[in-house]
Amino acid sequence: MPSLAPYRTTDGNIGNNIMPTLNRRETLKSVLAAGLAVAAAGKLAPANASEMVDLPFGNGERPLVAYPQKRLLIVLTSRPPQLETPFSVFNEGMFTPNDAFFVRYHLADIPLTIDPDAFRLNVQGKVDTPLSLSLAELRNGFEPVELAAVNQCSGNSRGFFEPRVAGGQSANGAMGNARWKGVPLKALLAKAGVQAGAVQVSFQGLDRPVLPETPTFIKALDLEHALDGEVMIAYAMNGEDLPWLNGFPIRLIVPGYYGTYWVKHLNEIKVLDTALDSFWMKTAYRIPNNACACTEPGKAPTSTIPIGRFNVRSFLTNIAEGATVHANSNLNLRGIAFDGGYGVSDVAVSADDGKTWTEAALGENLGKYSFREWKANVSLEPGKHRLMVRAANRIGQSQPLEPLWNPSGYMRNVVEVTNVIAA
Amino acid sequence: MTAMKSVAITVVVLLIAVASSALAETLVSTLPLETTELKPGPGVDTAGVCQACHSADYISTQPPREGKAFWQGEVQKMIKAYKAPIGEDDAAVIANYLAATY
Repeated sequence: MPSLAPYRTTDGNIGNNIMPTLNRRETLKSVLAAGLAVAAAGKLAPANASEMVDLPFGNGERPLVAYPQKRLLIVLTSRPPQLETPFSVFNEGMFTPNDAFFVRYHLADIPLTIDPDAFRLNVQGKVDTPLSLSLAELRNGFEPVELAAVNQCSGNSRGFFEPRVAGGQSANGAMGNARWKGVPLKALLAKAGVQAGAVQVSFQGLDRPVLPETPTFIKALDLEHALDGEVMIAYAMNGEDLPWLNGFPIRLIVPGYYGTYWVKHLNEIKVLDTALDSFWMKTAYRIPNNACACTEPGKAPTSTIPIGRFNVRSFLTNIAEGATVHANSNLNLRGIAFDGGYGVSDVAVSADDGKTWTEAALGENLGKYSFREWKANVSLEPGKHRLMVRAANRIGQSQPLEPLWNPSGYMRNVVEVTNVIAA
Repeated sequence: MTAMKSVAITVVVLLIAVASSALAETLVSTLPLETTELKPGPGVDTAGVCQACHSADYISTQPPREGKAFWQGEVQKMIKAYKAPIGEDDAAVIANYLAATY
């Protein structure tokens, strides 16, 4: 059992010396040998997996494991790591603690050592002055901005899709809200000087595929979006360094947009004069090109576009599914709501299958990209009840009463139902 | 065999480095061990190659009993999109194993 606690190195380079690990320099042969060796290695010791959770869908059993800098989180996958936040965390407050924030990698050659002194963020491509900036230059050379924003995986809640779809089978915990501090991308690009003819900006971090042939993870934003002043290169999260598994030392923050654009361990920014031709833009992370981003269940879309902004979501956080609550008394309901940045304007709850709705009171406005707290009261007759919550935003978008479907399992935002028994 | 074991260990015990708030210092951690193995069944040895790029829980957490078309689709996605070096014969063995076992 390896120690989970980080320990300090004496030479700052011990990670490379102790453990020659699987990385991009190894040959395909040894990579395949490694895979076979894992299969042949016999029983692997469980990683402190004595605690399990059972998410409410088929094959929903998951171990709870404490990864470095993290509390016990729900392990979706080990390599590369995908960790889900236990839903009870969302009742702790409007900001998701760094040690509980979800983790999602795509490719297993994740950075093993990052020397913060040697780390550089490079800005190149269609710019007048290519840049290579240290962390100190990022921190000291630009006026910092701070912004509260939700990050949510495109496939958050995929496990609830019916019919089921392939992909990471998350419940509702592949999301989190944090205060991000860093440099506006606009300021960085102004320093570099964007040249005429630029159309997109691409972003790549330190993570790489195991096989060199696998498309490396690289994403792009249209130039106008990149220059909106809100897209940020964050070096702090909730007032601290980013956790390693959340993209230390810097990651891209794209407020209101799905997490696929929030490139971790960001070290390469490139200004492009043509749209990025990348598997991760052209094939993956695409949604049906229609108003609902949906298709008839089981059907493929006729045309697709890259995934973009969050739709509206809301959750009840202080009462768990299946709970027994007091009948005929003032039952306090509390939860969170968010959208893609237009701002939550209304939240309502229903205890009678949507026949009547009670307006919830909204908590402090922490910014249009943040979780927004809501509170409401209901009184329930003895018996079974379905508590529903529905939010709307300032441009009139809301949540459907029946789930929408798409083949990739993205953007679930059905009105959530919590079953309770009043007694 | 020692070399194989060594590689296997390095696959599951990744050393990582993070920095403390004092930027000059580097922190090193180990990742927890993987918690899932491939289930036994005909073709499991062939399917071991899947674990070159990802842990077995990528398979075991998929929806249950989705059948052959689902798993053929997944194996072909790994080959065509992610360039897994798996020949058609092995692809068929792996898809059959996955459909029968998961």
